[in-house]
Amino acid sequence: MSAVLSISGLTKRFGALLVTDDVSLDLKAGECHAVIGPNGAGKTTLIHQLSGTLKPDAGAIHFDGQEVTALSAYARARRGLGLTFQITSIIPGFSVLENVALAAQAKDGSSYRFFGSVARERRLNERAMAALELLGIEDRAQRLAGDLSHGEKRALELAVAIASQPKVLLLDEPMAGMGRKESAALIATLQSLKADYPLLLVEHDMDAVFALADRVSVLVYGKIIATGTPEEIRSNAEARAAYLGEEA
Amino acid sequence: MRNALPALFAFALFAAVPWLSEYWGGSYLTSLAMRAMILAIGAVSLDLLIGHGGMVSFGHAAFLGIGSYVAGIALTEGTTDLTTILALTVGIAALFALVTGVISLRTTGVSFIMITLAFGQMVFFTLSALSDYGGDDGLTLWDRATAFEEDTVLYFSILGALVASWFLITRIVGSRFGRVLRAAKQNEARVETLGYGVFGMRLTAYVIAGVMAAIAGVLLANQAEFVSPATAAWQRSGDLIIVVVLGGMGTRSGAVLGALAFVALEEGLSSLTHDWRLIFGPLLILIVLYAKGGLASLWERRV
Amino acid sequence: MSTTLLLIQILNGLQLGVLLFLIAAGLTLVFGVMGFINLAHGVQYMIGAYLTVWFYGLTGHFMIALILALAAALILGLLLETFIFSHLYDRDHLDQVLATFGVILFLNQAAKVLWGPTPLNMPAPEILAGSFQITENLQYPLWRIAIIAIGLIVALLLWFLVTRTRVGMLVRAGASNAEMVSALGVNIRRLFMVVFGFGAMLAGFAGAIAAPIYSVEPGMGDDLLITAFVVIVIGGIGSIRGAFIAALLVGLVDTLGRSTITDILKLFLEPSAANQIGPALASMAIYVLMAAVLFFKPSGLFPAKGAA
Repeated sequence: MSAVLSISGLTKRFGALLVTDDVSLDLKAGECHAVIGPNGAGKTTLIHQLSGTLKPDAGAIHFDGQEVTALSAYARARRGLGLTFQITSIIPGFSVLENVALAAQAKDGSSYRFFGSVARERRLNERAMAALELLGIEDRAQRLAGDLSHGEKRALELAVAIASQPKVLLLDEPMAGMGRKESAALIATLQSLKADYPLLLVEHDMDAVFALADRVSVLVYGKIIATGTPEEIRSNAEARAAYLGEEA
Repeated sequence: MRNALPALFAFALFAAVPWLSEYWGGSYLTSLAMRAMILAIGAVSLDLLIGHGGMVSFGHAAFLGIGSYVAGIALTEGTTDLTTILALTVGIAALFALVTGVISLRTTGVSFIMITLAFGQMVFFTLSALSDYGGDDGLTLWDRATAFEEDTVLYFSILGALVASWFLITRIVGSRFGRVLRAAKQNEARVETLGYGVFGMRLTAYVIAGVMAAIAGVLLANQAEFVSPATAAWQRSGDLIIVVVLGGMGTRSGAVLGALAFVALEEGLSSLTHDWRLIFGPLLILIVLYAKGGLASLWERRV
Repeated sequence: MSTTLLLIQILNGLQLGVLLFLIAAGLTLVFGVMGFINLAHGVQYMIGAYLTVWFYGLTGHFMIALILALAAALILGLLLETFIFSHLYDRDHLDQVLATFGVILFLNQAAKVLWGPTPLNMPAPEILAGSFQITENLQYPLWRIAIIAIGLIVALLLWFLVTRTRVGMLVRAGASNAEMVSALGVNIRRLFMVVFGFGAMLAGFAGAIAAPIYSVEPGMGDDLLITAFVVIVIGGIGSIRGAFIAALLVGLVDTLGRSTITDILKLFLEPSAANQIGPALASMAIYVLMAAVLFFKPSGLFPAKGAA
């Protein structure tokens, strides 16, 4: 199966510090590829280079058959590279429904329309409700997004990402700050999303990684030291020493 | 729709003023009402930027100045056709908004405030330097635009322009375009990553608001039969911000209520004392420190 | 234009630049350290000028008047800070703009009530009241030379304060990262007061030394304030070095623009047209400069790290 997203030789320096060291990896349709690594391994830097908020010093990123290395975050998002942030970032003063409808609108024709009432656009609202139902927060639709609980906000983030109909989802620590029950619910949701949306998952939570990932890459000091199935990574001595050992 | 009621009430009040003025106030009352309405158009357009778009422009009075000078110069040179004047105004104001917007919108926050302030001053000094058209002292007009020769026509044209501006801005805010603009005010990075070009949308809003204020300037020139660089002074931009905040930013009726309150306050205080700013200044500070949400929120909290 | 005339315009430009720097320094520090946009900074300049004229009238000595005026300007600045501005630091810029606008309205009107609407004047101190012989038939007022000298000395002192002392280090750190400074256990409230009072005094000082050459009138600080904003935007908000260079640049561009643009236009325009367009273009010059700088460097020539 061909890769939807592939990175080759990606390199990024901050001064003398090599934060991304010749990283190559890819994401195939229908799979979940997890990137794990200790704190400071350069996971967030990598995600930022993928989403386009940071420019790499060398290397190439191909997405959906085209090179996107030089494109802005905005242009990449238009092509379907969906990102959820590590830090929850929704529009707090909008209702939950309007947050998601805003994302649906981005994919639905021009936004340079000045007259019709957008709150009455049925197609946008239906698409938004569908995304909310998928995440199980449809009963919160009319609440202010800023008033949601932490777990609900993360679910809303995902609903927003899905409503913008991405070809790929980049998830930056979606489990961060969640309780056990909330995590379990989110893992189940992501499990069901995987078939339609290939997931690139950067995550600390090992339960989540081993439950979801088809392949795992271990990132240490900006370098990928191992890639393989969860079982292979579990038994890889180097990876265990670098990361799993630390957790155990 | 309930939140629009105070504005609709204000429009009805304005519509009744010519009739009321026959019993009390006469032309003083009508000219006061016209000033309030013109101020309201400026404030309604500025609220699109500040209240909905998060762009605190401190140079909005420049557009009023541009509009009034286009009208003033055209009338002085013998062009009294309103359509021509309006076409010229829209063209020049849009061009100015486009050029200054492209530069200003590269910055955000306090830099944006200062840059719009500086561009406003640029217009102010340019108008002051037009020595053929009165320079510092301003220019008295001997004609109004042909369409505005009748006082009543002028009055109701201003009211019509106010209602139209308010309706237009209300629709824009509720539209697809307005939704993105409002979202970008709260979380620009998020809106960008959804795939929206925030810069282009803000620039569009900036041009719309500028053109609208410039049209208010044309009306002002015809109403006052006088144009002055002082219209574009930064203190007038400050007044416009006061009106927007006093009325309630980003609300349906705020800008209109704010303009009414501002003109009433100015007239009321200056009838008490010549040095009314000694009262208005501290009042403004108290409003900022202790009253949040403006006049519109008083109404919205009730219903 | 002759060389001597050009020299005079350059001196005038430097003198304006130095005054702008004294005003802009406080403005940029207050913004850099506290994130506070203070429109009322221009009235501090006006107050400085009025107080100097007033104390001069009472005492008849320039130096005594200057010292009294500086002390009074400092006290006024601290009062404003304590009772009004300190409540605005954690508000958004819009609130700060409005409240300080209210202060301007009040103080401008108060000056009008206290000292009348007609412009006041005062002489330069006697030893510096004369003129400086530049060429055989050209003189330049000594006091304007003195302003340039004083301004440069203050700039040097400021540079020393900011780069070589503990308070200066805190101020620089505060300009780039206020949270870090408070994490160091520094009393932020007191640091803010010191910086604010100091900035107010510098603006008052600018007003005091400007009193002998400009007419002292209500609202005299307003236009200079906007120009000072142009200066700190060009220089990079929060940067003293940027403010210094930008102030001289703006002073020179503005002065030379006003004296040369019309003449330059006459080279390829009808004289009447040049007379019409020239002054307008000249008054736009510094804004064009600002727009050009921002177009290439949106955060100014010397952006203070981390500052907005």
